[in-house]
Amino acid sequence: MSSPPPVALFATCFNDTMFPGTPIATTRLLERLGVQVDFPAAQTCCGQIFTNTGYADEAVPLVRAFIDVFGSYDHIVAPSGSCTGSVREQHLTLAQRSGDPGLVREVEAITPRVHELSEYLVDVLGVTDVGAYFPHRVTYHPTCHSLRMLHVGDRPLRLLRAVHSIDLVDLPEAEECCGFGGTFAMKNADVSVAMGSDKARHIRDTEAEVVVAGDNSCLAHIGGLLERQRAGVRTMHLAEVLASTQEEPA
Amino acid sequence: MSSARDEILQRIRTAHTAAGAPEPIRRSAPATERDRAEVLDVFVRMTEDYRAVVERCTQEELPGHIARTVETAKAARIGIPPDLDERWTAEIAGTVVVDDGLSTAELDTIDAVVTGATVGIADTGTIVLDHSGNQGRRALSLVPDMHVCVVLESQVVADVPTAVRGLRPSVDAHRALTWISGPSATSDIELSRVEGVHGPRTLHVILVAGA
Amino acid sequence: MKVAPQDLHQNDLPLAATSSTFIGMPKFPTMARAGLDNTVQRRNLQHATHTIRAKRAAVVHEVSDWEALRLDGAATKDQALDHLADYLVQLEDNLTAAGATVHWARNADEACRIAVDLVQATGASEVVKVKSMATQEIELNEALEAAGVSAWETDLAELIVQLGHDRPSHILVPAIHRNRSEVREIFLDEMSRVGRAAPEGLTDEPADLAEAARAHLREKFLRAKVAISGTNFAIADTGTLVVLESEGNGRMCLTLPETLISVVGIEKVLPTWDDLGTFMQLLPRSSTGERMNPYTSTWTGVTPGDGPQDVHVILLDNGRTHVLADDLGRQALRCIRCSACLNVCPVYERAGGHAYGSVYPGPIGAVLTPQLRGTSTPIDKSLPFASSLCGACFEVCPVRIDIPKLLVALRTQVVDEKRGGLPTGEAAAMKAASWVFGDHKRLVAAQQGVTASARLLKGRPTIGRLPWPASAWSDARDSPAPPRETFRQWWSRTHIDDSGASSAEGSPS
Repeated sequence: MSSPPPVALFATCFNDTMFPGTPIATTRLLERLGVQVDFPAAQTCCGQIFTNTGYADEAVPLVRAFIDVFGSYDHIVAPSGSCTGSVREQHLTLAQRSGDPGLVREVEAITPRVHELSEYLVDVLGVTDVGAYFPHRVTYHPTCHSLRMLHVGDRPLRLLRAVHSIDLVDLPEAEECCGFGGTFAMKNADVSVAMGSDKARHIRDTEAEVVVAGDNSCLAHIGGLLERQRAGVRTMHLAEVLASTQEEPA
Repeated sequence: MSSARDEILQRIRTAHTAAGAPEPIRRSAPATERDRAEVLDVFVRMTEDYRAVVERCTQEELPGHIARTVETAKAARIGIPPDLDERWTAEIAGTVVVDDGLSTAELDTIDAVVTGATVGIADTGTIVLDHSGNQGRRALSLVPDMHVCVVLESQVVADVPTAVRGLRPSVDAHRALTWISGPSATSDIELSRVEGVHGPRTLHVILVAGA
Repeated sequence: MKVAPQDLHQNDLPLAATSSTFIGMPKFPTMARAGLDNTVQRRNLQHATHTIRAKRAAVVHEVSDWEALRLDGAATKDQALDHLADYLVQLEDNLTAAGATVHWARNADEACRIAVDLVQATGASEVVKVKSMATQEIELNEALEAAGVSAWETDLAELIVQLGHDRPSHILVPAIHRNRSEVREIFLDEMSRVGRAAPEGLTDEPADLAEAARAHLREKFLRAKVAISGTNFAIADTGTLVVLESEGNGRMCLTLPETLISVVGIEKVLPTWDDLGTFMQLLPRSSTGERMNPYTSTWTGVTPGDGPQDVHVILLDNGRTHVLADDLGRQALRCIRCSACLNVCPVYERAGGHAYGSVYPGPIGAVLTPQLRGTSTPIDKSLPFASSLCGACFEVCPVRIDIPKLLVALRTQVVDEKRGGLPTGEAAAMKAASWVFGDHKRLVAAQQGVTASARLLKGRPTIGRLPWPASAWSDARDSPAPPRETFRQWWSRTHIDDSGASSAEGSPS
């Protein structure tokens, strides 16, 4: 029997550059689960920051590049709800703007194969207990694009509940936006910080050591506020918790 | 013919691209007829949930119920529409005033009004008046502070779409409708619900069996 | 192949003019700052929006197939918009046949002129008003005032706003930014100037405040000769107008006066009477979080012997056809003004309604206002960016307006309108970033700068305050320190053998 074709890791430019621990954890986790992982080196960015700031013309070439890089894979996995959402929900719009019917067809063909990490684990691999070990008090923030764009539902929570020795506590007002919102965090910094401060307060109320989410962009915002408050709460990506084992704890 | 009319209609035609209209997705009417007893129970529960008083009685008991209701409320002057069944008010001790075109100021001297209804909606606890016959014109059931509304069990339907379809003949006859769900209320101050603002502060519903 | 619309296209149909109240308004972040600084308002809004959110969620969950209702609502509105001219003519015919007089107004000025003329023809010097977004949009009260006619708002929240010389900040509860003690003070100070005074010893209990409003307004209702309303729905195939309300002020206005004038946006039309069955389920649950609002009035022209015998309807464009001309943007015209999107919006909750620079605040305002008025002013340019794109608004919208998608499309419009001119700093940065991402070799080169800075930071986990423009981030937030090694460096160190081929680490052979 031949081994299954490799899965393409879409690390995302932000993780690649600023939070390499997350795609490293994703790689280790998937390999531990017997998945062959490929990292196509030509990948860069999904274009979300351009699209959501209104720079559609700047984003269109990145849609084409995404197809060129990932088009041949059966499954593309990204440890980011918002970048997955950008590909699945916005690339079609951008392809239509380009006026290239070929690109539109290719985007339509690839989007069902692009998965956020928790979707890939639960829906494609069919696992919730990934053999992780994480003996800490944890609360989970469901980021908006995972929740309302991708509709990942409780998949991340099911994965976390199955982590050995974890003390998982509910986050009050969990479904409220943290206030990051890409360039919103800069353009409307005051409102963004007001939203993030409430999120930070709810996190602190849980007395968790670690706040976990599926997007490092939101976590950078939340973590930046917690750090400024010297709150003593760590931020961690879901992948890093799931990659943690008794032998190699995170 | 006004030029504004022509210009707006022309703008709309300009605005319309070739894009076709999507066929609306129609909700089919509930396939199975809901159990009548349950529908009536839901009507009572939902009407009460919005702080209306609901009583159930038979046709024979109705005049007594009406009389006791207005008496308990210490209503001295009871307004009624000209076409109200005279048996309904036969046992009232106070003064019964027939609305034969009372002025607004005269209406303001009425303490309670007794009317019928056109339809009751169980799911929402709503009563709809089309202001024909025993329901009287709109002002009659608006200005007085108490509204005693008699609903026949046969008038209660399960849901809003059924009620709307059933009201079509009244609308085609250019009748005005008033939908009433509990007494008047406001939540304008801190979203805190307060019953009783401009409309009748007391809504008393009598649901009549076997009718 | 049918390609779905993706961009908002500019068209030549006339926009709505910015009314005098909102001319010269600064951009949203500046306005929002004032809202954030108003701690009383923030507390009031936090309390009110969370209360109504919970109420809505409870009654929506009672409905067995809410999603089917939403789809039906959206499809019905789309059908009305797709055949708008036909339905408006049908509405006009049926209204006329039922004894009403129909007027058409291209813009706010024309609508105000028609309404003022109608009032003056009756000889009345005052009118009672039912809460109406359309009349606020055209600033009819100001026009009546200028013509020497007093317009009394009769909805409790509108009364609080009017007496307080304030502006509405919410579609459903215009005085949502006020708390009970503020309302009490406004009533004590202002009621006596325009009619029956508030009773001495007025407490701040909502029931007492409502009682004071009842007494104050009752004399106005009982003597009024003319009423002015908007409408929630205008039914084409019967010529019926529909107003939903709670307090009974609507019934008073729609019943007691001799003359009734209704200002109706052309997007309010529903094709058939039966369509009301859908919307009477969607609107109350989405709006006040009730199964049904206390009162709904419908009237079909004139009913002899019952209610106003002189009935007028003013059909208003005021930028709506401009919105209609856009395949994507026209879905905003489905809006039934329920305000569910405001109540769940984390930005609205903190910035407050006044920050949106129009009578339509919150997420729907952020997409409707720039479409109705265009994106030429600082406030209108900034509205599409007044969102974190969290998507809570779309999730609750009873007619499925994809507000996040419209916001992104409007952002694109704002950026596209600037193209060709002098490039802004942001545009230059975006262009540069796009060039970097255009080829992974360029990205690798840029990443070398990032990892180099990590070595300078000597292992500090986060970075504190930074100079402008990074200060917009770092004034309140630390920044993550860059890593010493990027992911792709790690990958080639662990997964690429000397020949350059992939050698998956730890994968089963």
